[in-house]
Amino acid sequence: MIHTTVGTVGHLSVLVSFVSALAATFGYLQASIVKNIADNETWRRFARASFYVHATAVFAVVGSLFYMIANHYFEYHYVWKNSDLSLPTQYIFAAFWHDQEGSFLLWIFWHVVLGLILIRINKGGLEAPMMFVFALVQAFLTSMILGVIVPWIDLKIGSTPFLLLREASADAPIFQQNPDFIPADGNGMNPLLQNYWMVIHPPTLFLGFAATLVPFAYCMAGLWQKQVVEWVRPALPWALFCALVLGVGILMGGYWAYETLNFGGYWNWDPVENGSLVPWLILVAATHCMIVAKKSSSGLKASIILTIATFLSILYATFLTRSGILGDGSVHSFTDLGLSGQLLIYLFTFIAVAVVLAVRSWKYIKPDGQELTTYSREFWLFMGATVLCLSAFQIIVPTSIPVFNKVAELFGQKLNLAPPVDAIAFYNKFQLWFAVSVAILTGVGQYFWWKKVQKDKMQELLNPLWVTLLVTAGIITFAQVNNWKYIVLLTASIFAIVANGTILLNIVRGNYRLSGGAITHLGVGMMLIGILFSSGYSKIVSMNMTGMPILPGVQAFASNEGKESKENLQLWINQPQRMGDYLLTYRGKRMEARDMPGKFFPKSWIEIIEKDFHAVAVRDITLGGKTYHKKGDTLEVYPENTYYEVEYRDPDGKIFSLYPRIQQNERMGNAHSPDIKRTPSRDLYTYVAYTEDNENVWSKTQTDRVALKDTFFVNDYVAVLESVSRTNAIEGVALAQNDIAVKAQIKIFDKEKDYLIEPSFAINAERMVMRKPEISEDLGLKIQFKEIDPKTGTFVFDSNTTYRDFIVMKAMEKPLINVLWIGTLVLALGLAIASARRFREFFKMRDKETAAR
Amino acid sequence: MKLSHIILLIVIAVAVGVIVSTAGDASTYVSFAEAEKMAADGEEKSIHVVGKLPKDEKGRVAEMLYNPTIDANYFEFTLVDNNKRAQKVVYRSPKPADFDKSEQVVVIGAMRGETFQCEKILMKCPSKYKEGELEVKEATAKKV
Repeated sequence: MIHTTVGTVGHLSVLVSFVSALAATFGYLQASIVKNIADNETWRRFARASFYVHATAVFAVVGSLFYMIANHYFEYHYVWKNSDLSLPTQYIFAAFWHDQEGSFLLWIFWHVVLGLILIRINKGGLEAPMMFVFALVQAFLTSMILGVIVPWIDLKIGSTPFLLLREASADAPIFQQNPDFIPADGNGMNPLLQNYWMVIHPPTLFLGFAATLVPFAYCMAGLWQKQVVEWVRPALPWALFCALVLGVGILMGGYWAYETLNFGGYWNWDPVENGSLVPWLILVAATHCMIVAKKSSSGLKASIILTIATFLSILYATFLTRSGILGDGSVHSFTDLGLSGQLLIYLFTFIAVAVVLAVRSWKYIKPDGQELTTYSREFWLFMGATVLCLSAFQIIVPTSIPVFNKVAELFGQKLNLAPPVDAIAFYNKFQLWFAVSVAILTGVGQYFWWKKVQKDKMQELLNPLWVTLLVTAGIITFAQVNNWKYIVLLTASIFAIVANGTILLNIVRGNYRLSGGAITHLGVGMMLIGILFSSGYSKIVSMNMTGMPILPGVQAFASNEGKESKENLQLWINQPQRMGDYLLTYRGKRMEARDMPGKFFPKSWIEIIEKDFHAVAVRDITLGGKTYHKKGDTLEVYPENTYYEVEYRDPDGKIFSLYPRIQQNERMGNAHSPDIKRTPSRDLYTYVAYTEDNENVWSKTQTDRVALKDTFFVNDYVAVLESVSRTNAIEGVALAQNDIAVKAQIKIFDKEKDYLIEPSFAINAERMVMRKPEISEDLGLKIQFKEIDPKTGTFVFDSNTTYRDFIVMKAMEKPLINVLWIGTLVLALGLAIASARRFREFFKMRDKETAAR
Repeated sequence: MKLSHIILLIVIAVAVGVIVSTAGDASTYVSFAEAEKMAADGEEKSIHVVGKLPKDEKGRVAEMLYNPTIDANYFEFTLVDNNKRAQKVVYRSPKPADFDKSEQVVVIGAMRGETFQCEKILMKCPSKYKEGELEVKEATAKKV
């Protein structure tokens, strides 16, 4: 039976949320314009009520969609498309925001939460105009999930997540036969995204996106009501909060990519990554200007421009990533829902609103008396903000290349521009110098800020400078940093750490609440050092030093001149090979059961039920002396994931195993994920670049008739029949009293070591013959004891060969990457302290003003 | 000249530098014929070529060579560009995992003599997550 109720409730709630957002917009507009106090109050009440209705409707939408997913209502397109029965429970949330509509909904949800908080805490006069902006944004966003078709012009507005499958695929023949058809299972969630990061990264990031609306809304409200300075105080704590959440969200994405994708790093200058970094950089620049906005008119002007730019850059990035304009140039492929038009209207509306309000109120900003000097704290803050903006500009220009192509097309030109080929080198070329400038400015800026240095009193800066040079010299010698650009960046970063560390110890010791800036900047310095070493000195350790073709007589290897392409190593199963200081052995394919996370066992121990996530154990699953499952048990597994155990033996003889993964993903394409050995000083990053899946494909049978001690050839291996002996037991076969069983011992000579293969042969009283073949996985060889010829004293063996299991792998070292992650946490801590301080100030002032009234 | 003017000038200089460098480092989408002409003119820059992979009657990618036991870092295939020109492409890295399932491919590199030496391959797979079309065959089978 098709559950139509929940979908109807959901869809109706979307409509209600849209209409109530419009009502709230209108109400707050009236409340902002009407001067009469009584009328004003009526409008404000009406608007508030509308917003509460809107909030309730949004919660109902969220609840409906969640209910549908949790109950596996596959009659709904969204549920069918993004989840299936095998989806582990914790990813029900992830399925919610797996697609465009759900992620819009997540965004809308955060706006509602923030809006409710703001109505509650903001007792000043800015509520009406600020909430007008909020409600207008909500109207636009809810329109994206409206899914309404305007009949007479056939215009589709938004895309609803409450579409039934039969509505979404009306042409499918199955629905003509049976309109009530419900698929038994869903299409499923992209397995690559089935990761705990998918549960926490999107909500964090979208909270960051949503939070940019708060400073923007305050700014618009201030400009509108001619309170050109007053908006800064309530906006600043939110801007810092937003910098914290968005920054953490971005870095979560980087960490996720590092763990799961195999491009070998945490940042790929992908358009979607850039689309979130650019607003963050502008936002950070904006917070710096807001700090001095009360004292300096330039600071105020810059705050207004940058706060607007932050919000608009979020809208622009949304357009870039969701309109399909980026094409295939990104790992974050969003489906094109045909919302480009709507997204453009959204973007241009707010550009217009912001520009009009800013221009109109520009004349109310009072100019300050004196000219900016290099010895003022404001100067250094502006310099920092300028560098951050230039950095953002450098990122957004190449990211917008597809937009340039489109715009040129509109004017009848064909540009055919493609993004720079080596994105990392291209961006780093510039960003390195922005990073150097930022690092230096954080140190100098803090010294000026805390008035440690002033005009004619610059010597205080000398101490951190000396310490920096000393430390840097030590590191350069010890770590052999010899690239001059890296030396410059290293010096600047160390300076940032030393200078901000000194400030932290000296001045801020008295009041930890003021320490936010110094701690944040300390984190920046640490992050830069982590980035410098982990990226600049990332070393490929899987260099193929043999230079020898593995099969004789093939020229391809010798003709391959490119040194850099020699970075992969081939490992045959159980055949140790040297890699740098390590001795590596590929041990075979492994699986993971859902109830024993982090424990890997050989793939041959279980048999996977086809098209299901259950498997049957073909033997006891015992690891480390503990039996997890008995033979014959059914267990839940991740059938798409195969882990390849690579055993590392380090120079001290210590052994550890890494389990890089390949995810079979039939319709998405296979995904290769690394496994990482983490040590305090460096990460060892390993992934399987290539392997062949040729299980159970056996060659034609080769038959050999041999006598004892004869030598024969099995698939290019030299083999000797060592002996044939009577045996009392054959593994896995129950022998009766009168059965006769024999076992042959065949020795196979391989390059490194010899193998013994023991096929057995049994005959019972009824002259029934039983043959048990022996398989050597290492050699990819199967030998069966076929018959015994007592007359001639010879034995017959059948042999088949298959591919020998192997992997092609790449490994690299990432030194000091932990400094980057620790730096990130320090940065987050600093921003949290700064934000808390500004919130405290805001509340104090608000209560004072309320009391005065 | 005021300090703010000097800073403004520097900012404008950097911004112009960014734009010029982007224009200079941006690659272009071309056909194999154009790529050949560029190589003949001594143009070293890498370019993008969009093409389709020829498929055999079973729908498998035809004409590709990858033998990791000989050289794990040598992969060769044929790509047909939008002007229907077939071109041998050499990629000196392991064969990308999704290659067999790809239809449209973008290769980034340059012509070197007879072959296109490719540094990077971008693949477009016919993916269920992108299209989200109902696969009726599977669905019917399950119902029965």
